[in-house]
Amino acid sequence: MTERTTKKKHADTSALPPLVVAGGPGGEDEGPGAVRWWRPRWLTGRNSGPAGGARKPPWFLAMLGIAFLIGMHFLAPLSGGVYAFTDWDGFNTATFIGWDNFREIMDSSVQRGALLHTFVLAGSYLVLVNVVGLVLALALNRTLKSRNFLRMVFFAPAVLSPLAVSYIWQYMFTYDGAINRMLGGIGLDGLRREWLGDPSTAIWCVLVVMVWQHAGQAMIIYLAGLQGVADELEEAAVIDGARLWMRLRRITLPLLAPAFTIVSTLMLISGLRVFDQVFALTGGGPVYSTETLATQVYQQTFVEGRFGFGASIAMVMTVLISILGIANMMYQRSRERRL
Amino acid sequence: MGAFRYTSRSFVREVVMILAALLFAMPLYFLIAISLKTDQQLTLEPMKPPLADPEWGNYADAWSSGGTTGGMGRAFLNTLIITVGSVVCLVLVSSLTAYVIARRTSRLSNGLYVLFVVGFIMPATLGLVPIYVVMRGAGLLATYHGIIILHTAGILPFAVFLYVGFIRALPTEYEEAAQVDGAGMLRTFFKVVIPLLRPITTTVAMLSGLIVWNDFFLALIFMSGSSIGTLPIALNSFVNENYTQWNLVFAGATIAILPMLCVFVVAQRQFVRGLAGGIRG
Repeated sequence: MTERTTKKKHADTSALPPLVVAGGPGGEDEGPGAVRWWRPRWLTGRNSGPAGGARKPPWFLAMLGIAFLIGMHFLAPLSGGVYAFTDWDGFNTATFIGWDNFREIMDSSVQRGALLHTFVLAGSYLVLVNVVGLVLALALNRTLKSRNFLRMVFFAPAVLSPLAVSYIWQYMFTYDGAINRMLGGIGLDGLRREWLGDPSTAIWCVLVVMVWQHAGQAMIIYLAGLQGVADELEEAAVIDGARLWMRLRRITLPLLAPAFTIVSTLMLISGLRVFDQVFALTGGGPVYSTETLATQVYQQTFVEGRFGFGASIAMVMTVLISILGIANMMYQRSRERRL
Repeated sequence: MGAFRYTSRSFVREVVMILAALLFAMPLYFLIAISLKTDQQLTLEPMKPPLADPEWGNYADAWSSGGTTGGMGRAFLNTLIITVGSVVCLVLVSSLTAYVIARRTSRLSNGLYVLFVVGFIMPATLGLVPIYVVMRGAGLLATYHGIIILHTAGILPFAVFLYVGFIRALPTEYEEAAQVDGAGMLRTFFKVVIPLLRPITTTVAMLSGLIVWNDFFLALIFMSGSSIGTLPIALNSFVNENYTQWNLVFAGATIAILPMLCVFVVAQRQFVRGLAGGIRG
């Protein structure tokens, strides 16, 4: 009875002049008589053709995300690349000055120093953070009663504000600070010095803070990798009488190759961008001995107001990170395949 | 672990690791110990723990004074607003974007996915100057929404990358069922897809919250000198005002650090999973 009425109503509707609009993202039942306003497929996400399955989400849902991506990660760097060839000061009209900014980078000892320090810092950071992280991971992968607590202790610095951490270390490195006192305590008074005030040691202090903060992060990535190393494999190797070093080289390390790739890529990129630690520990000094590309981008652009020159340093940094990042990734990939 | 017994070797290993951890945690000990000392205690006995009478006044000072923000207290609130705002925006925008990219299997969506990955790898430093100019023109410097947009757009590629990986592994049956039941696209997304994304959303929220909370570089450029500076900005001015007064400085640093440390201790598992597995995608 009810069924019949509905059917009748439906028939009535379709007999009416075409006022009813079906379609749209609701996906109502579309009678053959219903009029569909034309809507482009990219807007409605409707699949054409009889092939069923779920309707695809419409593109407009992704528009904001795509706009953010294009705006911030493509358009902005591109126009930044244009600024790099001007002498713009942020307010007056910019003049196009060709490669002058880049020539200045090459001629100025401060900029060359910044480039060198960035390489030195990122390179040694990459090596040290890998070594320390791996040693910690191997040590804490074993059955220790306190291993969960110890993992937390080693990992904790990674979640702290790099700026605050750097201020803590600034105290550690002062003449009356903890490091000198401890050196005095074990009879090494001769080594006491103003660690951050000495151009020959300041950069290594920055490195210590970077490694202290992120070794734990490398450790947990390696620990995650170690979970994939089957115990049986290790045990078999033990039974076969393989020595610790052999076991490590032949079984553990090859299986950690993917973790190694992640740690290296991550740390290389963050090492090349180091800013907070330098800013808080030394401010680039003493006598420019710890300036890096990132601190110079900040200094030139936002302190000196040389927007064009700052952009050119940023460009050097971007090109460097892209090349080294990609090279590193390709190298790691081929290494993983070889193992 | 069950019946775990020490052998002499494992005992030595345990002791060695505990000693190493103590040495490693030394800076944190000094942070807390010195932040609770009076000026006098700091000069006379800087290494000892101030157990007898901790000087909580340092914290009161740091909380209410220093910088253009008017103290770490106000900065704390600012940071909370900016972090929560950025995380919410980021999760919404990136999950929607990733949903479209993952579910549409056209050449266009694949191309876009590659663009997101490229945007994730390339540093955004070169874009700083144009972004600064645009934001200055639009009056977005030193505003909550300005920095929230900036953080959202900045972390977006990484978040989309994580979401796409997750959604691609998700069966479509739930969504199909919802649509058969007559749910619209947005309804399907919010009622069906979002709940399914919970594990990866936790990861994205954790990692992005961490980045935004600790961010100094962007805040320095886009927020400094304003009254809505974040904790690192306030800490920086506080340090400049109280240079070498380490007890005060460390009270300020503790205020900046403690919230994240607490969240970390409580939600350790998620952090570890996020930082170890999330990066792998």
